[in-house]
Amino acid sequence: MSTRSVSLDYRCLPWLFATALATTAPHVLHQPIWLTLVAGAIFAYAVWLWTRNQRLPGRWPMIALALLACAGVALEFRALLGRDAGVSLLVLFMLLKLLELRSQRDAMVLITLGYFLLLTHYFYSQSIATGLWLLATMVLVTATLIRLNGGPASRPLATLRYAGVLTLQALPLMLILYLLFPRISGPLWGLPQDAHKARSGLSEQMSPGSIASLALSSEIAFRVRFKTEIPPRNKLYWRGPVMDYFDGRTWRPGVSATRAPEIQALSPAISYESTIEANQQRWLLALDAPSPELKEFAIKSTLTVTAPQSINQRTRFSLLAVSDYRFNVDEATAVLQQNLALPEQLNPRSRELARSWRKASADPLLTVNKALNFFSEEAFIYTLEPPLLGENAIDDFLFQTRRGFCEHYAAAFVVLMRAAGIPARVVAGYQGGERNPIDGFLIVRQSDAHAWAEVWLAGRGWIRVDPTAAVSPNRVEGGIVSALPLGEPLPPLLTVRSEWIRGLRYRWEAINNAWNQQVLGYNPERQREFLQRLGLAAPDWQSLTAILAAVIATLMLAISAWTLYQRPRTDPLQRLWQQALRRLARRQIHCAPWETPLALQRRITASDPQLAILFAAVVESYLANRYSARPGDLRQLREAIAKLP
Amino acid sequence: MPLTTIASLTSRPGPLDHLLVAAGKIILGKDREIRQAVACLLAGGHLLIEDLPGVGKTTLAHALARLLGLAFSRIQFTSDLLPADIIGVSIYERDKGSFRFLPGPVFSQVVLADEINRATPKTQSALLEAMEEQQVTIEGETRILPKPFFVIATQNPAHQIGTFALPESQLDRFLMRIELGYPERSAERALLAAGGQRERADQLPAIIEAAAIPALQAQVAAVHAAPPLIDYVQALIEASRENIAFQHGLSPRAGLALLAAARAWAWLDGRQMVLPDDVQAVLPAVARHRLRSLQGNMLARSEDITALIRSVPIP
Repeated sequence: MSTRSVSLDYRCLPWLFATALATTAPHVLHQPIWLTLVAGAIFAYAVWLWTRNQRLPGRWPMIALALLACAGVALEFRALLGRDAGVSLLVLFMLLKLLELRSQRDAMVLITLGYFLLLTHYFYSQSIATGLWLLATMVLVTATLIRLNGGPASRPLATLRYAGVLTLQALPLMLILYLLFPRISGPLWGLPQDAHKARSGLSEQMSPGSIASLALSSEIAFRVRFKTEIPPRNKLYWRGPVMDYFDGRTWRPGVSATRAPEIQALSPAISYESTIEANQQRWLLALDAPSPELKEFAIKSTLTVTAPQSINQRTRFSLLAVSDYRFNVDEATAVLQQNLALPEQLNPRSRELARSWRKASADPLLTVNKALNFFSEEAFIYTLEPPLLGENAIDDFLFQTRRGFCEHYAAAFVVLMRAAGIPARVVAGYQGGERNPIDGFLIVRQSDAHAWAEVWLAGRGWIRVDPTAAVSPNRVEGGIVSALPLGEPLPPLLTVRSEWIRGLRYRWEAINNAWNQQVLGYNPERQREFLQRLGLAAPDWQSLTAILAAVIATLMLAISAWTLYQRPRTDPLQRLWQQALRRLARRQIHCAPWETPLALQRRITASDPQLAILFAAVVESYLANRYSARPGDLRQLREAIAKLP
Repeated sequence: MPLTTIASLTSRPGPLDHLLVAAGKIILGKDREIRQAVACLLAGGHLLIEDLPGVGKTTLAHALARLLGLAFSRIQFTSDLLPADIIGVSIYERDKGSFRFLPGPVFSQVVLADEINRATPKTQSALLEAMEEQQVTIEGETRILPKPFFVIATQNPAHQIGTFALPESQLDRFLMRIELGYPERSAERALLAAGGQRERADQLPAIIEAAAIPALQAQVAAVHAAPPLIDYVQALIEASRENIAFQHGLSPRAGLALLAAARAWAWLDGRQMVLPDDVQAVLPAVARHRLRSLQGNMLARSEDITALIRSVPIP
């Protein structure tokens, strides 16, 4: 039956408007503002036309509007296809469709577009909230479809409930497709923005203030699950880039040596899994130090573990670490030279101080301790808001301002060491983390970003020295919140004292983590693991497709069998009546569900008196059997039906 | 206007066909409405006829009362009518030194309540309570109304000036509400040619004795309603509750009324079983005054009732 001519039931309009709004609204978050304004104007105009019962615009204005929409999108994005341009175009068309809702067919176009627009939201976000919103919107679109077609019930709640039941019934199928649909490594259309977005995070270089600015973010950098107990806090140093080149202000990684590091493990290896948020960098922020047994990833000569590609989406890595180790006891002379270099002329007072220490004692370890004592005994203050420093930054910091964040201490310490003739360098990374009691994951945030120092001592290799710990032991033992005085501008999320809110936050982060780990993190490897657990070794995509088809077919068969079983067993009388109706249908006479047998009989009498005489016997026998107090036997009915042409 | 031409479905020709024919000679061209009125009486319910003045409401009531051999009284409702004018008064007789009850017009087998919506709600409710209870209580003494007791109320469309519309709860007391409407062209011509029908209605001979009516009513009540038929009635009522054309659905009492009316309809057709056709035939008369249209707070429109019927498959 063609729907073109069927005029639209005006009572569907609220549904259609709601569908258009719900499927396009979230795109506001990433569309250009002018597009949102235009879309809003079209929607408002459509609502005005509808409530005032005004005539809809004719064909030519609509074509002009559509062309204008295309032109606007083409100007904005320099394209009509592609993710952003395509989605914007669809949003505009969806709203323009509201201006030509005349027939059932127009409404069907709108609903189809609505289902498609649902999908486009996943190009931008795959969070739980998006998932829930789209599930709810899907129920709404389905309800609109039901309402448009008359539906079993015409009250809004009943229609929504019906659509909800349909969606629930689709869930098993969704689950099967999710688990078994052949997965391709790498995204199909490009992953959502929120997976690719460059977040603030550690960078390759460090200057005063660069880590302090990270401390203001409560965003999660990575999550770690230890196979065993979580090591003590003061051992949780997550190594990022190592910087050994200093120009007086900024630290950068120097020319890296290509040789492999020598790591001597002095304690058993700790196994853990780290899920790193996208950060556009390659370092894996591994726990110091990576175990020599770790073979899957490259370990630089500076002990930084790197991934083959930069991490553009949330990725999980299995890593090994040793907490007690010796590292590069035989360091190359070139490297040691590089780690003694200081810019000439700058920071004379610091160099003078370091030289005096070195003169007092030949033991480099004593010099290190002197420097640490200098930090802890003089009036240094650990703060997020240090004063600005001049050209001789280290001198200014050490002798005048004495207020700084970890990068100040690490930088000053390394300069002092180098001036004293001890090879030293700055290491950036994260320190500590917060254990979520709900799921046991250790959460490391941007606010845990940290910088510390490493010195090389003959016979002992590179040793980690954290001058911040000398100034503020709490930073290492209790985390940044306990280390900073009250009133520092930390993110409110971190500083809340309420147990209840903190519990809520833990719970929410645990749920989010589970979603990321279990749902979004279901990649080809996980799928393979899952199938292997089911006893399917190394399935390729062909066999996966076959399995998928088989499972869905089985499910469908089971459902059909169940419905057949559940179907009210039609009694033989009804079966015979249906048989008679089928005979009529063959002659293009169809009985509406609400049409009584007698009404049907009258209709046939009017159109085909010959048939009516034969059919009268059927009706008579059927009605007598179904509605009278003393049903006869069915033989008569059977005979009457047999006589039908 | 029998429903079916299939002979064996009807055990005998309609038992009251001659009565319907006789009434049809008075109210020309309104066979269906006459049939509905008789069905309403046989189902033991009261009838509300709503239409413009002058389309034959009162004549129909007259003709029915005469043909059924029933004692007939008529109350013209006006805005100053008092409850006592309907149910009667006790007057003091000086010579006997006691009160004597003068029964009002309600003590009759057929009461024609003409233009019921012209009276004040208080007076309306006096009659409507009598309809519901089948008895009247005056000064502590309960007086049983005669049997059968059948009220035919007429009312003008509510938008006319000077009317007190019956509230929904009162409308529910009427089993059926019918509209007469203008006669067809040919019927109108015959009416114009024949002259006033009112006098002829008053001279009609009784076709049935009043005493026989309770027995007929018992026969109607015995008409078989098979489980599939009751399923159908239930499906209709449930659909009326889910249909957005109406403010609210049909009550359980409306369901009983629908079944009783369908029984009477089937019985008039000479059948011992109710068919879905009977339900569909009486549904507009039974349901329209019990439903409120969502738009404009009016009675449900007949198109909405048709849509309701079409939304329910026959089980």
